[in-house]
Amino acid sequence: MARTITYREAINEALAQEMERDERVIVMGEDNAGGEGSPGEADAWGGVLGVTKGLYGRFPGRVLDTPISESAFIGAAIGAATGGMRPVAELMFIDFMGVCFDQIFNQAAKFRYMFGGKAVTPVVIRTMWGAGLRAAAQHSQSLLSVFTHVPGLKVAAPSNAYDAKGLMIQAIRDDDPVIFAEHKMLYDTSADVPEESYAIPFGEANVVREGGDVTIVAIGRMVHTALEAAEELAGSGVQAEIVDPRTTSPLDVDTILESVEATGRLVVVDEANPRCSLATDVAATVAQDAFGSLRAPIQLVTGPHTPVPFADALEDLYIPDAGRIAGAVKKVVDYGG
Amino acid sequence: MAAERSSAERTDDAARIQRVTMPKWGLSMKTGKIVEWFVAEGDTIAKGDDIVDIETDKIAGTLESPAEGPVRRIVAEPGADLPVGAVLAVVAPEDVPDAEVDAVVEEAKAAVASGALEEADEPQPQLVEVGGRTISYLSLGPVDADVPVVLVHGYGGDKNSWLFVQQPLAEQEQRAIALDLPGHGASGKDVGDGSLATLAECVTGVLDALGIDRAHLVGHSLGGAVVAAAARAAPGKVASLTLIAPAGYTPEADAEYLRGFASAGSRRELKPLVGRLFADEALVTRQLVDDLLRYKRLDGVDKALSAVLGTLLDDGDRQAIDTPALLEGVDVPVTVVWGASDRILPVPDGVELHRVEAGHMPHMEAPGEVLDAVRSHL
Repeated sequence: MARTITYREAINEALAQEMERDERVIVMGEDNAGGEGSPGEADAWGGVLGVTKGLYGRFPGRVLDTPISESAFIGAAIGAATGGMRPVAELMFIDFMGVCFDQIFNQAAKFRYMFGGKAVTPVVIRTMWGAGLRAAAQHSQSLLSVFTHVPGLKVAAPSNAYDAKGLMIQAIRDDDPVIFAEHKMLYDTSADVPEESYAIPFGEANVVREGGDVTIVAIGRMVHTALEAAEELAGSGVQAEIVDPRTTSPLDVDTILESVEATGRLVVVDEANPRCSLATDVAATVAQDAFGSLRAPIQLVTGPHTPVPFADALEDLYIPDAGRIAGAVKKVVDYGG
Repeated sequence: MAAERSSAERTDDAARIQRVTMPKWGLSMKTGKIVEWFVAEGDTIAKGDDIVDIETDKIAGTLESPAEGPVRRIVAEPGADLPVGAVLAVVAPEDVPDAEVDAVVEEAKAAVASGALEEADEPQPQLVEVGGRTISYLSLGPVDADVPVVLVHGYGGDKNSWLFVQQPLAEQEQRAIALDLPGHGASGKDVGDGSLATLAECVTGVLDALGIDRAHLVGHSLGGAVVAAAARAAPGKVASLTLIAPAGYTPEADAEYLRGFASAGSRRELKPLVGRLFADEALVTRQLVDDLLRYKRLDGVDKALSAVLGTLLDDGDRQAIDTPALLEGVDVPVTVVWGASDRILPVPDGVELHRVEAGHMPHMEAPGEVLDAVRSHL
């Protein structure tokens, strides 16, 4: 039976169900249990935004608080994964990943390849991404493309509670290292989520809305902004199809191409900085493989090439909104006309 | 000018005004969108007439009139998105004054505007333990009604597939119970050996658990074979059988569909297959495919579908079930309904059946005829 729960609750439930199913699954990170030596009381933090709250009490000994040293505990999680555990490590903000790039890029991502498939690294690194929380330049970035670039890593970025649960379960069951990017502005959004366990395969896009006039590819929070734009556009007779890739690596190129082949127009929405991003990647792929279907130049709606500003008004300007998306759609729909 | 009406006459008028309301097609339906009316104000309609096409986020359907008489007002314009229970049209004899018809229209508009309709309590599915398995079912209509109708879906389906059949039965004071076979819908995913006998025991087990002595069993596709097996195993519990495109009537079947459905993991694989179920593939909405994928991703569903597939097909991709043989010596009335354009299970020769304009899903594409077949036993 499905019931309505939040994105935060959906991730928590996925962790709990996988810990229940498989004793090799452990959770670790800063304040995941609620502080070193915490008895797991109800007011424990459960991570910086409370996603792991309550797990310590249910799985004592399997929810570990770590020192504030990302390079050390991400390395430990990767080591534990190669040793047979299935750790889920929380690295608060994607902005902090820099201090453990060697562990992630050069170790975890390479083991299966370099050991000829004899080693696997089933680690999940949970992290928050995205702007909107008034958290300033060092806590607001959308660095998915940095990880998408590296072969050997998988990258999931759910846009809703249903996907969050299914993608987290898949991430834990997957034998490769997974960067699991949770958009911080989505934790309180709700959706119908089955109580039962289920896994959403990686590399399978979700067609969130069907429409014949334009394809909008969007991920994470931008899926909702794109939907808002699509409703607005429907009022003027333009039907947008919205494709949420759900994972940037692997990327469901087929679904994107099929949609563009049907609509002939593409707008990619990505709140990340504009260079070398998901937006440019999708645009390049479509330009190369579906050029003949395009009836207008591809439009990209992204953040500017600046850090995310701290001033509220400027941060709001940084993040693509429905008006900008609708504007880009009008541009491709009216092209040449 | 109509003469002043007495209060007794006004009470009588009120009783003669019939409201055609937004139907509830399936558990999740909250609103429906008016697509097209087939009748106009002033037309006289009979019960069962197709009156309006309505679209939900899952499927489009045609509402059959529950009322008879002159259509006095069409309240819902095409394009309007209205909650379940909203008044769509008002039907009343000619001598009911306009003022009283209009009062009903005003009241109906106020009910929609107030949002009260959206908050109405709705029946919820229940769980029952049968032989160690958890079975989900939805019971509509009066619990004390005589002999209930029990609806059993097909392979990979669930109780919501009866959306156009269950509610109309319940509206006519008939208890109608739709259940999820094990491995399906919201029931437990353990199907054991997945055999017809195991599935049939679940159906009779639900009857026992609910204290139902006898029921009219209705089964679609795999569910048709399941209810036939239930009738053979427990003939005393079965008042009649209505078999909708039942499995086991011909050796041929679209094995590619069945095996493909069992293995499909993505929308791109599933959508073209699901299209084969219907005569009109436009009925396959994004939501319908999405709901199927959500079901297929649940832990245990793969294994369940694979086990039941072994019940449906032999190694040579021919149907492994022989339903007419199951029915030999079963002394209950049997009605068979088949879609003329069925691409999954071909229409058998030499079997007395009602041929309707539909694909493999007559209960969704031609629900009126399916309802007639079920009601012929009541």
